[in-house]
Amino acid sequence: MSVDVEKILRPIDNPIPPFPPKYMMLAGGEEMVIRQVNREDIPDILCHVEPLLHVERDYYDVVAARLYSELLAYYRHRVQDEYVLVAQIDGELVAVVNGRLLSKEVGMSYHTMALRRGLRVGAHAFASKMEYHLDIIGQKEVLIVAESPIGFRRWMIEYGLEQRFNIAHELGGVPSWALTKELFNKARETLVVGRRPVPKHLLEKAQAAILPPTDPPKAPADLLAATRSMYDSTGTALMSQRWKQEGKL
Amino acid sequence: MREVYVVGAGITSFTRLEYPLSEIAAYPAMLALKDAGLSKVDHVYVANMGAARLNHQSGLASAVVDTLSLTPAGAEVIENGPASGASAIKTGFLAVASGLHDVVLVTSAERLREVNNLEATDFVATLSHPLAEYIYGVTLPSLAAMFTRLYMQKYGVTERHLAMVAVKNHDNALLNFFAHLHEKITLEGILDSPEAMTNNPYVAEPLRFFDCCPVSDGGACVILASAEVAKKLKKPLVRLAGVGQATDSHCVHERAEPTDLLAVRGAAAQAFKMAGVTPGDVDVAELHDAFTILEIAESEEAGFFKKGQGHLALERGETRIGGKIPINTAGGLKARGHPTGATGVAQAHEIVLQLRGEAKKRQVKDARIGFTCNFGGFGNNVVCLVFKRED
Repeated sequence: MSVDVEKILRPIDNPIPPFPPKYMMLAGGEEMVIRQVNREDIPDILCHVEPLLHVERDYYDVVAARLYSELLAYYRHRVQDEYVLVAQIDGELVAVVNGRLLSKEVGMSYHTMALRRGLRVGAHAFASKMEYHLDIIGQKEVLIVAESPIGFRRWMIEYGLEQRFNIAHELGGVPSWALTKELFNKARETLVVGRRPVPKHLLEKAQAAILPPTDPPKAPADLLAATRSMYDSTGTALMSQRWKQEGKL
Repeated sequence: MREVYVVGAGITSFTRLEYPLSEIAAYPAMLALKDAGLSKVDHVYVANMGAARLNHQSGLASAVVDTLSLTPAGAEVIENGPASGASAIKTGFLAVASGLHDVVLVTSAERLREVNNLEATDFVATLSHPLAEYIYGVTLPSLAAMFTRLYMQKYGVTERHLAMVAVKNHDNALLNFFAHLHEKITLEGILDSPEAMTNNPYVAEPLRFFDCCPVSDGGACVILASAEVAKKLKKPLVRLAGVGQATDSHCVHERAEPTDLLAVRGAAAQAFKMAGVTPGDVDVAELHDAFTILEIAESEEAGFFKKGQGHLALERGETRIGGKIPINTAGGLKARGHPTGATGVAQAHEIVLQLRGEAKKRQVKDARIGFTCNFGGFGNNVVCLVFKRED
C-alpha cells in the first residue's frame, strides 16, 4: 500500500471569505488599491521582496527574510489558512501584508512591509489587514508583534493594543499583543480608510501586473544610521507615558 | 560701517544626521570655504540652540574651529532660540562692518533627532514663558494653533489656505536636493478626499500634520567678508545690505493684538531701511514657516502684502516660483526642514544661491534683492536680513 506523503504535509485550508478590494487616496493624490492575491501571484511578489533582505534599515532585512519564507510557504502549501494582500499604485507594488487564521475566532498577523516609504502606505495596508480579520472574516481579535520600532509605534501605540504576553506569537515566539474588535472600532474613524467598489480602471490596472517598486527602501549610507534605527526612544517614551496614565508604572 | 559681502555658502542635507554635532557644523563650513576659495578666516560663529541639553556638548564653537583646523581664529556659539542662525549672521556682520575682522565664518548645526519627539517638543517649548506659559503645558504647536484660530476669525484665512502653503512648499522642496521632505502632496490628498483626515490629522486644531514643520537635523554656513576681500574673490557679489532685529512680549497673551507680529514688522522695517529698499523691491524671500500660518502672517508683516491679505495673494499664486514674490523657494521650514539653530543660516544660504543665479530648477529669474525672516520664540525675538546682488 502506498502513502502519499504530500497529502500529509499539505495542510487543508479552511474556506474563508475573500477580501473585497478597496482603494484610497494618499496625501500625494495617488490612488492606492488594496486587494487579495492568490498563490499564482506569489512569484511576482517574491522577486520584489528578495532585494530587501539586504537592506539593513528599520529591520527591513529581518522582515523581508520572514515575509519571503511566509510567502513561499503559502505558495508551496506549507502553511494553513494564510492570505496575502497587496497595495498597488498604478500597478506598482507598494506594500505587502499577510497573516493567517489561528482559529475561527483569533487571527495571527504576520507582516506588513511598505515598499514605498512615507504617506502612510504601510499603515493603510495594515488597517486593511485588520479589517479583513475583524470585519470580513468576523474574528474576535488579532495577535500582533512588531520587529521594527516604526511598526511598534504604528500598531502597539496608535491602536493602543492589549497585551497577550502569555501567548507566544508564531514569529519567533515573542510575546503577543492583540487588536480586539473593540479597539478596532475605536480606531476606525481615525485610522481605517478606503472606498468600495474600486473603479474598474483602477482594479484592472492593479490586476494586470504587479509592477516593481520604483523607489524601494535602501540601506543608509553609513553604518551609524543603521545602528541608530535599531532602537526608538520615542516609542519607549510614548509607552512610558501611556503606562503612567494607566497606573502601570 | 564697512560694507559686508557673502563670499561663500554651504549646507548639509536636512534629515536625520548620524554624526557628532561638531561634524554637522563643520561639513557645510568646508563647503563654504571651498565655495569662497578661502582657507583661513579671522573668526568663527556657530549658531546652535540645543547642544548642551540635547547632545551633551558644550563649547561647541571650540570643537568646530578645531575640526576645521581654523585655530587660532576666535570662535563662539550664538544662541537665540530658533533665531540663532540669523543672530549669528548679524553678529558676524557687526564684526566685519566694524572693522574688527575681515573674514568671518558663520556656521550652524542642530541635531534635534538625538532625542525622542516628546523631548524635542518639550525642548522647543522651553522658549515660552516659564511661569505663564510653559508650566501650563504650552507648546509651540499649541501657541500656533491659537494664533491660527484668531487669524481665521479676523481675516478669513481657512484650512485650505494653510494647505496651499504646504503644497507650495513641498513642491519647492522637490526641487531642492538637500530638503528633508521629498514628498509631493496635493490639496485633494490632504484636505478634500475621504481619506484626508487620516492622511493629514489634526495636531493642534486647526493645525494639521502637514501644517507643521518636521523635526530635522542639519547645518548651513555662510562666509562674510569685507568689500576689499570680496572683490578679490571670483564670485558674484552678494552684499548683506540690511540687518534688523526686534523683540516683542515674551507671553503671547500680553500682546495688545495677538495676531500682530510686531517684532517681524519692526525687524523687517529696520532691515529694509538699512538696505535702502522697500518690500516691493524684493525678488525672493525666505520666511519662517514653522507652521503654515506663519508664512502668511510674516508675508504681511514684512510688507509684501497688506495686513490680512497674505492668504489672498497666496490664492493668486503670487508666492509661487514665477509669481510676484516667490516665498520659500527651497521648501521653507515646512519641507526643507527646521534644525532650529541652523534655520536662519539656511535661509541666507538659499537667498545667496538665488541672487547668484545658482538655484537651478527653483531659480527665480533675475533675482537681485532677497529677504529673510528668522522668527525666534513665538515672535518675541526676530531677525530680518536683506541681501543685494551688486555686480
